[in-house]
Amino acid sequence: MSLARAEARRLVKRRFTKFFVAGLLILLVAIAAGMFLTNEKIGSDQRAAAQAEAQAQFQRSYQQSVTEKENCTAAQGTPAASQFPPNCDDIYIPTESDYDPQWFMPATFEFLGEFPGMITTLAALLAMVAFVVGASFVGAEWNSGGMMNLLLWRPTRIRVLATKLTILLAGAAVLTVVVSALWTAAFLAIADLRGSTDGLTSGAWQSIALTELRGLALVLVAGAAGFSLASLGRHTAMALGVAVGVVIVLQFGLGAVLFMAKVKFAEAYLAPVWMSAWMDKTYRIEDTSACDFSSNNGCQPAILDLTWQHAGGLLAGILVVTVGAALWAIRRRDIT
Amino acid sequence: MTAVLEISGLQKTYRSRKGVRRALDGFDMVVEAGQVHGFLGPNGSGKTTTLRTLLGLIRPNGGRMAILGREVPEHLSEVAGHVGAIVESPQFFGNFTAQDTLALLADAGGVREERVVAVLELVGLRDRAKDRVKTYSLGMKQRLAVASALLKEPKLLILDEPANGLDPGGIREMRTLMRNLAESGMTVVLSSHILGEIQLICDSVTIISGGRRVAAGSVADVLASHTSSGVKVRLEPGVDMRGAIELLRANGAQVVVEHDHFTVGNAGNPAQITRILAEREIYVSELTPIAADLESVFLELTGTAPVDGHNRQVDQSAVATPTGGWGQ
Repeated sequence: MSLARAEARRLVKRRFTKFFVAGLLILLVAIAAGMFLTNEKIGSDQRAAAQAEAQAQFQRSYQQSVTEKENCTAAQGTPAASQFPPNCDDIYIPTESDYDPQWFMPATFEFLGEFPGMITTLAALLAMVAFVVGASFVGAEWNSGGMMNLLLWRPTRIRVLATKLTILLAGAAVLTVVVSALWTAAFLAIADLRGSTDGLTSGAWQSIALTELRGLALVLVAGAAGFSLASLGRHTAMALGVAVGVVIVLQFGLGAVLFMAKVKFAEAYLAPVWMSAWMDKTYRIEDTSACDFSSNNGCQPAILDLTWQHAGGLLAGILVVTVGAALWAIRRRDIT
Repeated sequence: MTAVLEISGLQKTYRSRKGVRRALDGFDMVVEAGQVHGFLGPNGSGKTTTLRTLLGLIRPNGGRMAILGREVPEHLSEVAGHVGAIVESPQFFGNFTAQDTLALLADAGGVREERVVAVLELVGLRDRAKDRVKTYSLGMKQRLAVASALLKEPKLLILDEPANGLDPGGIREMRTLMRNLAESGMTVVLSSHILGEIQLICDSVTIISGGRRVAAGSVADVLASHTSSGVKVRLEPGVDMRGAIELLRANGAQVVVEHDHFTVGNAGNPAQITRILAEREIYVSELTPIAADLESVFLELTGTAPVDGHNRQVDQSAVATPTGGWGQ
């Protein structure tokens, strides 16, 4: 217990933790403020303005087309006729229905439709912070010799590492839950003031809660992976190097190669697709080069649906492999 | 006396692509309770490997170790609370203050908070306790390391190069601290290259070279058993010293010429010197045995004495060929 308390104190005392959490909070406030400022509530004034703007646009286009047609008719038989279509009736005269007032409505924040995307944004940012703080929490300890010092006091290697990891994940969980609650409240307020909260049934809230829960799982796996990779390499840079390597080599490099090689469902090899499948419950990949023919629908592209269960399996695999390797390494390797 | 620390037949082998290196090759060591014990050896001899293995940081390939009567590493967690240690250079997280560093260690080890203030006072860091460790000099970090080792009031204190980076005043303070700790009943194992210090403050020593023990016992015993058979010879003023030296060399003596005297390194029977010289009517005015100090014993036992025109490499030991006692 005293070890857990000491590790909790160490985690919150670290400047790296403070800077990253503060940076995250500032970024989240900026996003929320941006959403607040760029959206507005739709009322009769906004509808009237949109209607007027649609009407004005229609009138301008109508006049332009009518003038064009008149010029075309007048130019027939002259050299200027080449500037117009051969048949002046081909010049389209727009109708009022071509200008939907909806297009001219200002942006408005519809909580039910748009908040799931904001949960994914939050989860991605929190996961990044958890990965980096987790890597630094143990990496800096290894690098500075603090880990060796601690093991001189507590010569139970697996217990020390497991306690550190538990404290990190507990900290990440508390941060995620608190920030998610504030994030939800903030966007509920934004929707109330600058959009709409229509359709928020208990079922909708349940779906939002489950999405946030999946976000929490993503954050915890990212934190555990960063921690474990840094512990394996005994340096923060090990985890960051792997992350950069995955992004550059696997995502950009592999992605480009797979697309060039026209590999079937190449998108399935890209990490963001799996994250999207996890957070949005499903992600559909279409292979447009294939033809799945049916007499009813003709030629349809082949489809691969990645579900949250597939993505969950991948996250569990990452968790087991990285944490398992870190625990095995601290048990087996000499500390020199 | 009871043994606080026992090591026998300790082995550690490092395997790499470059081959196999035996860091410890059947090393033995015993430290009795209440002693200040010097642990000496040249760079790469296995000192730090021994200490790390003892403290559970390195897994041995063979041998037996016990601390306070308990086998380690099997029962290390039971005795860890009674062992304070610093291994190699002091290593701390630079952005924490000394007070934070020690408070976190105290928390992790279940040591009461008041000890933090007490040990900071003891090592002379009280007024700098709230400064970040990265602003500390090497000597101050060394003091902090000693403070961290003393935090849990250990029965066995293991210090690897505690005087490293300390100024002369600090070295003297450290020496006094070691003695006071030993007098209070604590057993101190001290690894150091400052052999004069070891000779001054240690009751006993173990010397390691090439992963094996080459000498052990009380400082006096080690010095006595390796006191050379050399003598310092001074002749009457005006006597031809060169002639006397050639005469002795012709009789097999190993003579080293100094400014106003010479030494005979293999004088097993110093009477031979006076007899040979007196036969040619050369009389000595001074004939004194050369007392060995720990440094010369160390250099002799570990084969690390500098040789003119030769750059000794780390791990290289050229143990001196034993010389017979000339004149016996």
